Amino acid sequence: MKLPLNWVRDYADFATTPHEYAEKMTMSGSKVEGYSCEADEISNVVIGKILKLENHPDSDHLWVCTVDVGGAEPIIIVTGAQNLKVGDLCPAALDNSTLPGGVKIRRGKLRGVESNGMLCSLGELGLTVHDFPNAIEDGIMVLDEEVPVGTDAVKALGLDDVTVEFEITPNRPDCLSIRGLARETAATYGVPYHEHTPVLPAGTGSIAEKLSVTVNAPVCSRYAAGMVTNVRVAPSPRWMRERLRLCGVRPINNIVDITNYVMLEYGHPMHAFDYAYVNGSKIEVRMAREGESIMTLDGVQRPLTTDMMVIADEKAPMAVAGVMGGEFSGTYDSTKTVVFEAACFDGPSVRTTSKKLGLRTESSGRFEKGLNPENCLPALYRALELVAQLDAGDVVGGIIDIYPQPRTERRIPLRTHAVNRLLGTELSAEAMTDILRPLGFGIEPAGSLGGEYTVVVPPDRYDVARDCDIAEEVCRYVGYNKVPSTIMRGIATARPSELQVFRKKLITALVGYGLYECETYSFYGKKSLDNINLPENDPLRHAVVISNPLGEDTSLMRTTAVPSLLEVIARNYNARAAQAAIFENATEYLPGDDPEKLPLEKEKLIIAMYGPQYDYLRLKGMVEELLATARIGGVCAVRNTAGTTYHPGRAADLMLGDVKLATIGEVHPAVLANYGIKPRVCVADIDFDALYANRGATPQYQPLPKHPAITRDLALVASEDTPAAEIAQRIERGAGKLLESLSLFDIYRGDKVGKGKKSLAYNLVLRTGERTLTDEEADRAVQKVLKALAEIDVTLRS
Amino acid sequence: MKEALEKIRTGARDLLANADSEAALEELRVRFLGKKGEVTAILKQMGALSADERPKMGALANEVRAEIDAELRARSAELANRLLAARLASESIDVTLPGNRPEQGKRHPFQQVLDELKDIFLGMGFEVKAGPEIEYDHYNFEMLNMPRSHPARDTQDTFYITENILLRTQTSPMQVRTMEAQKPPIRIICPGRVYRSDEVDATHSPLFHQIEGLVVDKGITFTDLKGTLEAFVKKLYGEETRVRFRPHHFPYTEPSAEMDMSCFKCGGTGCSLCKGEGWIEILGCGMVHPKVLENCNIDPEVYSGFAFGMGLERITMMRYGIDDMRLFYENDLRFLKQF
Repeated sequence: MKLPLNWVRDYADFATTPHEYAEKMTMSGSKVEGYSCEADEISNVVIGKILKLENHPDSDHLWVCTVDVGGAEPIIIVTGAQNLKVGDLCPAALDNSTLPGGVKIRRGKLRGVESNGMLCSLGELGLTVHDFPNAIEDGIMVLDEEVPVGTDAVKALGLDDVTVEFEITPNRPDCLSIRGLARETAATYGVPYHEHTPVLPAGTGSIAEKLSVTVNAPVCSRYAAGMVTNVRVAPSPRWMRERLRLCGVRPINNIVDITNYVMLEYGHPMHAFDYAYVNGSKIEVRMAREGESIMTLDGVQRPLTTDMMVIADEKAPMAVAGVMGGEFSGTYDSTKTVVFEAACFDGPSVRTTSKKLGLRTESSGRFEKGLNPENCLPALYRALELVAQLDAGDVVGGIIDIYPQPRTERRIPLRTHAVNRLLGTELSAEAMTDILRPLGFGIEPAGSLGGEYTVVVPPDRYDVARDCDIAEEVCRYVGYNKVPSTIMRGIATARPSELQVFRKKLITALVGYGLYECETYSFYGKKSLDNINLPENDPLRHAVVISNPLGEDTSLMRTTAVPSLLEVIARNYNARAAQAAIFENATEYLPGDDPEKLPLEKEKLIIAMYGPQYDYLRLKGMVEELLATARIGGVCAVRNTAGTTYHPGRAADLMLGDVKLATIGEVHPAVLANYGIKPRVCVADIDFDALYANRGATPQYQPLPKHPAITRDLALVASEDTPAAEIAQRIERGAGKLLESLSLFDIYRGDKVGKGKKSLAYNLVLRTGERTLTDEEADRAVQKVLKALAEIDVTLRS
Repeated sequence: MKEALEKIRTGARDLLANADSEAALEELRVRFLGKKGEVTAILKQMGALSADERPKMGALANEVRAEIDAELRARSAELANRLLAARLASESIDVTLPGNRPEQGKRHPFQQVLDELKDIFLGMGFEVKAGPEIEYDHYNFEMLNMPRSHPARDTQDTFYITENILLRTQTSPMQVRTMEAQKPPIRIICPGRVYRSDEVDATHSPLFHQIEGLVVDKGITFTDLKGTLEAFVKKLYGEETRVRFRPHHFPYTEPSAEMDMSCFKCGGTGCSLCKGEGWIEILGCGMVHPKVLENCNIDPEVYSGFAFGMGLERITMMRYGIDDMRLFYENDLRFLKQF
């Protein structure tokens, strides 16, 4: 909402600087976004009078003008414009002047003739023909009224007002008006608020004889209409155009300008219908009928539905109520008689209609916040008063006002203790009423409602309904920063939950492995699932769908975060990172059977990496270490050949019994090709929820060994397809309780073991807790190990 | 005999002074003090001396022996020291070479900031809660005093799944979920992802993070809200930070406020970060609307509370001077490694 300060001064006398005004209003609750003054951009431009016009000696289109700018001597200014004549008054930018857009004007020569400045057009002053309808756009601006020569153009053209821009919150539609903000201004500055009560002109004849109005829509609480005949369509006077322009409204003609002026002043949208187009001289407010449509003022044919309210004549809708008028609902040069409408349409209804039509207007934006029906008549009276004042036509006597259920005045108790209880203050009832009165609240003696007083809420402050609302009014005028700051009572005890501690422990571990944490979008498109070559019938294809996405590629809530991380890998690969090792603590969204129930939100840890030091075993090692951190033991790696995302020979599921804790593996080359990634990439898809559910207990201390251990190294030869896990299992089984630890320290393939074979070298540490182990016992254990290995054709390397 | 001993003494002194290796010292030890050494030989001749001479010569012989022994040890220690010094000298390295750093990853920048925020609030007695990102309209709007046609809904452009299910536009539904599940006293914060249908640019993202806070108890006041949030900001940005509260509007709080803090870059004198204002908007807050309490079956005549919410990206951007929100979700390692 833009507020010209001079307009506010119609209602309240106050002196201020724009900066101070912005600060004070913001702190009392009307947030100022900024302020501006056109004059700030214009300097050293005065009104000059053309004394003489001569052709430029060296040009067939330039004119040499002798201009009186109020100085001792007239000055010479050269211009290319062809619209000037002797005696014209026009803005002259003198030497060293500034124009909007930072343009500097200096003395200079034009084809040999010295020019001491520039005569300005509308555009050069940042104006348009709407602001000065009698000026022309393709020439020098010529003033149509007498102004002393030498007057500062900023003043002469009325460009010196300060406009303050407010951010108005949805609860204060009353502040979308000059009067509303003027009342806040007066209260903020502690000065009286001067109300102007518009008077309905007597008029001639009777509207009732010319127009009938019926309201057949419950969502229209009031419909008032006035009429003006012998309309004299003309530009409105400068003061009105000025104010409209400063508020960002384009002046059109006196009738339209009046409706806009009243809308700004009263916050109540109005409409002016050309009576000639009201078929049957009947206005009906009703819901649209099946199959009806309307061509709105913007030239779009719009189908209507039966939940949309329209203003119709005998034949068809003339306007979508509170949203936009129809093709023939405006005011034209030919207009003889207009009907002014000031109505109150239900906010939710206007909002729904506006949303459905995809049509938001100044009017709909105001109605949908809920307007005050009590405002209809003052607005209508004001419009008719302005018609008379501007001599824009002859007001027809009387008005039509359909208001079946007048809004009752809201009365609430002033419960001082409740307000103080909420605020933490000890304000007296009088301190509170002193704040409320200037804001337009009536104060009456306490009645049946209780409290210290009864507060009568002004009809345009329907946001005030209970103690907390009074508390806000009181507090913002006491000053939010004047009330003290206190420390809450009560004992503060809080600790992270076990889940939070566990999560942090795992993430800290991953960061310790050298992984960088990522944050990626929770949504993606079908393409992301195609990129990981997910089969068409894969259950992960069934995703939660956003009904109004920003685009196709952000329309699905992800069922797997693997593509998200691969995209990050691709981005870093394209940025020429030599290696990347990343993870995300990601949420995946798995729809259930019932679309009206919330989906399952699954927590994952996804790891992705590429680079010379990152391969399958490095990844597996990290995940094993992570499982150790989670104190989960006994996990088996089971080869996973089923998926299409992973390399069929380099992927495994990590199983804890029947529970899959993770899938790890190298990404399938075909998938990498989809992302344009050349190096091998390894991914771990870890089910965080499963890790948490299976987390181990606090470890119990094991005494340090008192007896020495015996170590044995075994170099074994096995067939290439014998899994290392199986060999290890057999060693563990064979050595039994004596085996303290087992480690694989070398793998060899080559001529010495033969084709299709591999040699694995293990180090066994054998120990018993009770006494020193003998060599014989160790040898017996090794024999058992070898026997167990022989069953799968694993032998000692000779 | 005396002369012989003195000769041994001086001879040994010279020889020891010139011995420059452990081996040479050992040779001298054998030569003088060994079983067949010179001093030993003299001692063996003691029997031939008179009873009168014997103690004197014995004493002298022992003195020479002890002296040689002490000298041997001293030379040996000296040699060891010299050897050590030589070794140390030879082992000198260029200590300015770059270190062999362990691989260490990093948490995402806004997670680092979030950890700090959580610690501050935990210290103030706030538990950390989490709630669903895909949420019922009921919790996201209706229970928060924003029925279907409420104009405030327009300020939060919403992604819908069905008519009744949406991507939460704020973390505030956790206020309701918490109050439904738990009786006062309540002190919680709830950080998490929220969604609004904003096109991506430097300051907008369809996905961002909020931190919600809620306190409900008997006797909670607006002055408590001020004191608590002021304490939080001072813990996060330093004790010298000043705050101010401006009236604002949220449908689920009344009175409502926005809190500004003095610009941490210029200290409040005005700079490019605070756009010359000296103040930076940091969070929205207010006293929980009695309607919301009633919706959760908490009697507003008995209990009161306050709520607040802030944007994690915004706080992180201000802290590190990041000017483009997109960087957070692009995860370029050159970005992630900076924090």
